[in-house]
Amino acid sequence: MYADMVTARYYEERLQEEYLEGKQPKFDISAGPIPGELHLAAGQEAAAAGVCAHLRDDDTVTAPHRPHHVAIAKGVDLKRMTAEIFGRETGLGSGKGGHMHLFDPEVNFACSGIIAQGCPPAAGAGLAAKKRNTDSVAVAYLGEGAIDQGGFLESLNFAAVHDLPVVFVVEDNDWAISMPQERVTDVESAASRAGGFEVAGVAVDHDDAVAVYEAAREAVGRARDGNGPTILSVQVHRRMGHFMGDPESYRPDEDREAATERDSIERLAADLRAEGVDDEALAAIRAEAHDRVDEAIEWAKGEPNPDPEAAYEDAFVNPASGVTDTEPDFDLAETGGEER
Amino acid sequence: MSRAIVEAIGTEMRENEEVFYMGEDVADYGGIFDSTQGLLEEFGHDRIVDVPISETAYLGAAVGAAQQGMRPIAELMFVDFFGVAMDQIYNNMAKNTYMSGGAVNVPMVMTTAVGGTYNDAAQHSQTLYGTFAHLPGMKVVVPATAYDAKGLMHNAIRDDDPVVYMYHKRLMGLGWLPAPDGPKTPVPETDYTIPFGRADVKREGSDATVVTLGLHVHRALDAAAALAEDGIEAEVIDLRTLVPLDRETVIESVRKTGRLVVVDEDYRSFGLTGEIVASVTDEALDALEAVERVALPDVPIPYARSLETEVIPGATDIEAAVRATR
Ligand SMILES: Cc1ncc(C[n+]2csc(CCOP(=O)(O)OP(=O)(O)O)c2C)c(N)n1
Repeated sequence: MYADMVTARYYEERLQEEYLEGKQPKFDISAGPIPGELHLAAGQEAAAAGVCAHLRDDDTVTAPHRPHHVAIAKGVDLKRMTAEIFGRETGLGSGKGGHMHLFDPEVNFACSGIIAQGCPPAAGAGLAAKKRNTDSVAVAYLGEGAIDQGGFLESLNFAAVHDLPVVFVVEDNDWAISMPQERVTDVESAASRAGGFEVAGVAVDHDDAVAVYEAAREAVGRARDGNGPTILSVQVHRRMGHFMGDPESYRPDEDREAATERDSIERLAADLRAEGVDDEALAAIRAEAHDRVDEAIEWAKGEPNPDPEAAYEDAFVNPASGVTDTEPDFDLAETGGEER
Repeated sequence: MSRAIVEAIGTEMRENEEVFYMGEDVADYGGIFDSTQGLLEEFGHDRIVDVPISETAYLGAAVGAAQQGMRPIAELMFVDFFGVAMDQIYNNMAKNTYMSGGAVNVPMVMTTAVGGTYNDAAQHSQTLYGTFAHLPGMKVVVPATAYDAKGLMHNAIRDDDPVVYMYHKRLMGLGWLPAPDGPKTPVPETDYTIPFGRADVKREGSDATVVTLGLHVHRALDAAAALAEDGIEAEVIDLRTLVPLDRETVIESVRKTGRLVVVDEDYRSFGLTGEIVASVTDEALDALEAVERVALPDVPIPYARSLETEVIPGATDIEAAVRATR
């Protein structure tokens, strides 16, 4: 867990540096080596590591628009994920998906940039597991801002009715872009949504990776044993803006400071020290994580950009039956239109 | 362009208590694409309303409030998110007037950001002009300049029908997404309306007619400038609204030039380009010497820069298309 968390944190620090290249002093989103928007998850690592620690490769995870920490904890191929974020040919999606749309079928990881829309496919993965009589489970990650969305509420009901092995992990970082939770919901914790659906609902406080781990053991276990879905709400913190370049003018300074004071990684390190793990061992884990990240980023940056012609491929896996040739060929002059 | 839009909204809100604005991040943030900058300070959270991320609920609520005679403006942050709320949009907002035999009407505006060119990939870069124009019952507005944006917004809010107002992110003048110079036109301080269904000839020419809208008006103008160096005069028509659609201006122009190029940032098949070509062939087949379509090649919008640039039409693609009609 500690290794996943420090990997995720350092990975995003490095991405941030790379992302800002070419965007300084004036921030232009379409400049620099990393295309598009970038949503980072510093402060949310415990929710990823604590839950994914219980998952196998055949378990499914669907992540939202802020996916890197979850992807790392789920074991997504770090190099190919990085290549995808840089828009390279050898990326997970051949450069077509990008940072909000990471797919690694090897470890059953998928994404959606549309709020709460990873929930229905997670229920579908749960349905498949149930129909096939396997004990794999599905985990849908969403933010607290997503708990009002039909995609979540409908999937929750669907999973409840069919006792599907699904865990809905709500990463509650208090903010949905500029909207503080209290302005848009009347519940303190997403876990209280569970009551109306008669599913289990658990809330875990403040960045405690061990507590997340314990709660997730129960939730994932419940799903694996065929006892239906759980909402697991984890209080995390958004240490940065919603996306890179977010001026956060709507956010009180105290709130931002409070979010950075609490640190799940330091808290876990303290717990580990209390268990007798020495600083040297922790430093070694960190060093190894940093090496892995640096190596992935260096590798990805050396990979080729996709050939423009590749843009026309992959809309279908079976193009022979799926793609109509739409080359422009309507030229009246050539077909004799001029003569009339 | 965003300032012109906000000015129109502010004026209408001042003059009519029934006008209010709701959407995600429209209050304290001022709209991700600056669509409501400064309005919170004047009108407060009661009239500039942040909503939960629940497009079905708040877009549907706008329909309900509009049917009560209010004049809501509801913002869908990116047009790509229409999917989660499409039922409210095309089964209620767009159809209630017809289904009631005209007994009820829905005087609301749905604003939404469209377009790519900044590598935000398949779920955040679409224009979907064709989707909204295809489904009957909503007027569809796509401004290309600040002047048009303001006049069209005044008109949209005052219109008694539902209006979908689609602004291209790259035209808004955002600090983080530089706009070309074209949309930065002078804007009168007073209010004025631009009627729907009247296309604007943004450049006159006798050799070819280029029909487009939104960001691509500016790309077409760049292409026209390049072509003029070779003595080819392209006429650039900005449709400004898709519903109602000013077919006459297009046909008239084609009768003059004989050559038609339709440019669209939306998908090629079943969309705007086909519609314009069909309209011209219906009415003026005899005048047509050549036709070219420039649009997205029926694939989702890719993320990597080399791929996105390949599929989204640029000025050189438009230039080549005009040359191909010769
Ligand atoms: C259906 C839909 N509506 C709106 C958005 C725009 N959007 C992207 S992230 C976001 C806020 C999400 O907040 P939350 O779920 O709390 O996750 P967080 O960003 O805090 O991790 C919004 C409104 C979207 N992507 N999809």
